[in-house]
Amino acid sequence: MYSLINTISVWAIPAIIVFIPLYAYFKKVPVYESFVDGAKDGFSTAVSIIPHLVGMMVAISIFRASGAMELLVNLVRPLVEALGIPGEVLPLGILRPITGAGSLAFTTDLIQTYGPDSMIGRIASTVQGSTDTTLYVLTVYFGAIGIRNSRYALKVGLISDAVGFAAAVFICLLVFG
Amino acid sequence: MVNLIWLFFIVFGFVVAIFTGRVEAVTEAAFDGAKTGVTVCFGLISILVFWLGMMRIAEDGGLLNKLAVLLRPAVRFLFPDVPKDHPALGYILSNMSANILGLGNAATPMGIKAMKELQKLNPDPATATPAMCTLLAINTASITIIPTTIIAIRMNFESANPAEIVGTTLMATAISTTAAIAVDRWFRFRATAQTPRER
Repeated sequence: MYSLINTISVWAIPAIIVFIPLYAYFKKVPVYESFVDGAKDGFSTAVSIIPHLVGMMVAISIFRASGAMELLVNLVRPLVEALGIPGEVLPLGILRPITGAGSLAFTTDLIQTYGPDSMIGRIASTVQGSTDTTLYVLTVYFGAIGIRNSRYALKVGLISDAVGFAAAVFICLLVFG
Repeated sequence: MVNLIWLFFIVFGFVVAIFTGRVEAVTEAAFDGAKTGVTVCFGLISILVFWLGMMRIAEDGGLLNKLAVLLRPAVRFLFPDVPKDHPALGYILSNMSANILGLGNAATPMGIKAMKELQKLNPDPATATPAMCTLLAINTASITIIPTTIIAIRMNFESANPAEIVGTTLMATAISTTAAIAVDRWFRFRATAQTPRER
């Protein structure tokens, strides 16, 4: 299992980088022009994230520097460490379904503080990458068509987020442990 | 909700700083945080430009449609109460394909179009139908092949192997999507069992 996941990590990106242009070339796509055309949006997308990320990073940075983060983490630590989860990542699990920019800022903060190649850094990366912001998706999709009673949709989203979080933690402990 | 969380971080942080005697650290932390935010976003530019370029090639080459063909049986299984030739199914397929390729910007408009089509099948426009809940569940779990943003952030902080989390992310996203579909099925079954008239 470990070697399978590791192989996927090593091969996924190079395989995609070679396969996509090659496939498109045989479909008579002017691959380079197509690339440049799509790449234009990258800059504006990155820049449009700046206000969100700066706002959230400031708040989380204050939260950490003041000692509030330690307080919170120490509070939940005995609870989660019995299960082998590093206490530092639990707030991320709570933040992830609620705010995309907030959890991205929190992940960045964890990676900056503990290093990208630490267990905490790896778990945070996996948690952040593996699911979308449930509350945001619900608001956008149901808001667009005027649904007021979302029935069980929020429950389903939050339960699957919790499962995803637990899965991310244990897969990382298994693969990188 | 987001407003409250943001305010909580700042205000609670400030209050704790008073008790821990780190008030002067608050100012420094605020400016440091702002700086990190900008630095990280600049680090994102390179990877986003590259990846969106690759994805445009995939789109132009017809890979999105190819993926939609592969997903068709899965969609029939997930949305049994949507009529076979209904336009909603086409949008659902595009939405799922775009999600898998990590094209969030393309996935959202497709998803909203799918919702609008599903709304036409809805007897009560203010209440979500089971099909809408299923589409939402798939989108919140969102299967992703390459988590580009995270790879860029890891590069930014000099990871020895920024892409090493691709495999673990893929596993975790597969598990959470499976859970979303299973839990959605269970709630859907319970809802129809309680009100047999409704489908």
